[in-house]
Amino acid sequence: MISIRLTLALCITISIILYGCSSQRREAIPTLNWYVAGEPSGAFSMAARRCSEDSGQAYKIEQVPLPADADQQREQLVRRLAAGDNSIDIIGMDVIWTAEFAQAGWILPWTGETAEQAKAGRLDAPLQSAIYQNQLWAAPFTTNIQLLWYRTDRVTAAPATWDEMILVAESLGKTGTIQAQGERYEGLTAFFISLLASNGGSVLDVSGKHISLAQQPTLQTLSTMARFANSRAAVRALATTREDQARLAFESGHSSFMVNYPFVWPSAQRNAPEIVKHMGWARWPAAIEGKPSRFVIGGLNLGVSAYTPYPQLAFHAAACLTAARHQRMAAELGGLLPTVAALYDEPEIRATYPFADVLRSSLNDAVQRPQTPLYNDISLAISRTLHPMRDIEPQKDFIRLRRAIERALNSEGLL
Amino acid sequence: MNQKKSNERRLGWLLCAPAVTALLVVTAYPILYALWLSLFRYDLRFPEQRAFIGLDNYVSILTSEVWWHALGNTLILTISSVSLELLLGFPLALIMHHTLFWRRAVRAATLIPYAMVTVVAALAWKFAFDPTTGFVNALLGMEQVWLTQRWSAFLVIILTEIWKTTPFMALLLMAGLTLVPHDLIQAARVDGANAWQRFIKIIVPLMKPAILVAVLFRTLDAFRIFDTVFILTRGAQGTETVSLLGYNTFIVSLNLGLGSAVSVLIFIGVLIISVLFIKGFGASLTQGEKAE
Repeated sequence: MISIRLTLALCITISIILYGCSSQRREAIPTLNWYVAGEPSGAFSMAARRCSEDSGQAYKIEQVPLPADADQQREQLVRRLAAGDNSIDIIGMDVIWTAEFAQAGWILPWTGETAEQAKAGRLDAPLQSAIYQNQLWAAPFTTNIQLLWYRTDRVTAAPATWDEMILVAESLGKTGTIQAQGERYEGLTAFFISLLASNGGSVLDVSGKHISLAQQPTLQTLSTMARFANSRAAVRALATTREDQARLAFESGHSSFMVNYPFVWPSAQRNAPEIVKHMGWARWPAAIEGKPSRFVIGGLNLGVSAYTPYPQLAFHAAACLTAARHQRMAAELGGLLPTVAALYDEPEIRATYPFADVLRSSLNDAVQRPQTPLYNDISLAISRTLHPMRDIEPQKDFIRLRRAIERALNSEGLL
Repeated sequence: MNQKKSNERRLGWLLCAPAVTALLVVTAYPILYALWLSLFRYDLRFPEQRAFIGLDNYVSILTSEVWWHALGNTLILTISSVSLELLLGFPLALIMHHTLFWRRAVRAATLIPYAMVTVVAALAWKFAFDPTTGFVNALLGMEQVWLTQRWSAFLVIILTEIWKTTPFMALLLMAGLTLVPHDLIQAARVDGANAWQRFIKIIVPLMKPAILVAVLFRTLDAFRIFDTVFILTRGAQGTETVSLLGYNTFIVSLNLGLGSAVSVLIFIGVLIISVLFIKGFGASLTQGEKAE
């Protein structure tokens, strides 16, 4: 399956390159290329079609699919943008790229009327993810945040903290495992930053230029991670588990707990009707009793490339694509959470997402990953230092982590 | 005699000239540009902060444990895969050389793995060793999660490399086997040498140039190994190689200065390997010519 996708992606990339080399970008109706991760439900292409129709022949939006893996999406985009590729008009940006793309001058700032449209009625955390140095750089489109999923037939109530969850899981014996993401990739970084924020710490200080990583919360976070990975509650494949492997394992009934994104809900309804009956949800477990957890916010914002021949049209098109009606469509068809606050009160959305209130309260307390152009290096520094989780030694790794992040911040040295 | 020799030499250079020129045009500029870039602090995310820093990038790489770790990994992969390939390649070459029936079919069949795109081959191996869907665990009755531990991941990477490139090795060795004159073998037979003695005393010495070329090519390839590791582990579990390091620094982190310095160091590594080989076995190359 993956190889088919990869081959497809390669074919598409090659044809795009060939097309890009051969085409003159001046057409009767301007085509706006929207580079965005493939969206299987068709919600994105429907939005693109509708916006093109509503524009009254002003523009036509073409979707250009990017690879499924976020790292590979970024690799392709930064390569093209660094080379000033003018075939890109609108970019589906992971929330963690805002600072980097803005600082490098690859995307245009939003101002005036389209900026107002992009901000209209948005939840605060997704909006903040599109802002860098007090300037809006993208239109918040979809958002994402992890919840705790658990088996109501095995435990009566969701555990409130990680410590409690590990204890309960161990007492359940063979089926008591907790599914989490421990592979060496962004997911491990997200896990660490969220647990750190729940402990009251942060990676960088308020300025975003200097390291924070206070000793007490960091050590607390590292020891919780080590304890979890070495307990019977962790699965043996933790070091290579990503979101999807965790979902599959939970759907097979082998685990009682899982921290994962809401996409697991529609998936379980399709693939594991027996499990769904006993599937409960709760907020991501806290680190400190009585102090609500804070998970990092994910999602997709739409930016406008600095190299587009049609900047004005691209801003209009991006504002149209991210409008509330298209967010509703993406939420209902594609399982992508909206960034417009009012949508969480709509009956249709609440029917699709019975956990809408938990989502909203989680989003209200969500934490941003470090908003710095060097985020990618920092993330690598974190995931490399802390992988595999079972080998974490809090005291030693606290020093290693600080050193790795310092080096990343100075953009010196290998990661 | 000397006049003739120098004429020969000149003709040799003339014949090589077009190829040498083409190579220089295509490769000299990128290599020199990489050398130039490696002397700068140049990060594409901070294009305005470009500054000349001399050899600082090299200092920072050579003092980093990451580089030495990656270099160690690369050498482990190179030495183990090339030596095993040589051991496996010889019997394959002999089989291909001596087949009487369906000679072409045998050679084609042997070459299939080499004809495959490395990425595809690596993906196939990745699926085979997957703990849930792969057949390897079922076959061996094991519950091993191969790609999550350093040594088992290394093992899979090395096996993939061997499976993929042994045919290439065998092909080059087979070309070397055709260099061995048949009457020499016959003469050795008459003198009472058994098969092993014939192989060690006659075939191998005469094949030395071919063996050298085969081992050198494979060593250089293996030293620059990228795609297999990229697909199988992405360099996780401490399986990062120098090429992956270059890719991560240059393409992923957009640190052009540091990334170029890594590439230059890889280039220097390749040069050292070539020089060692040619100096170490140089005699055998000319001997090969003399033997004729």
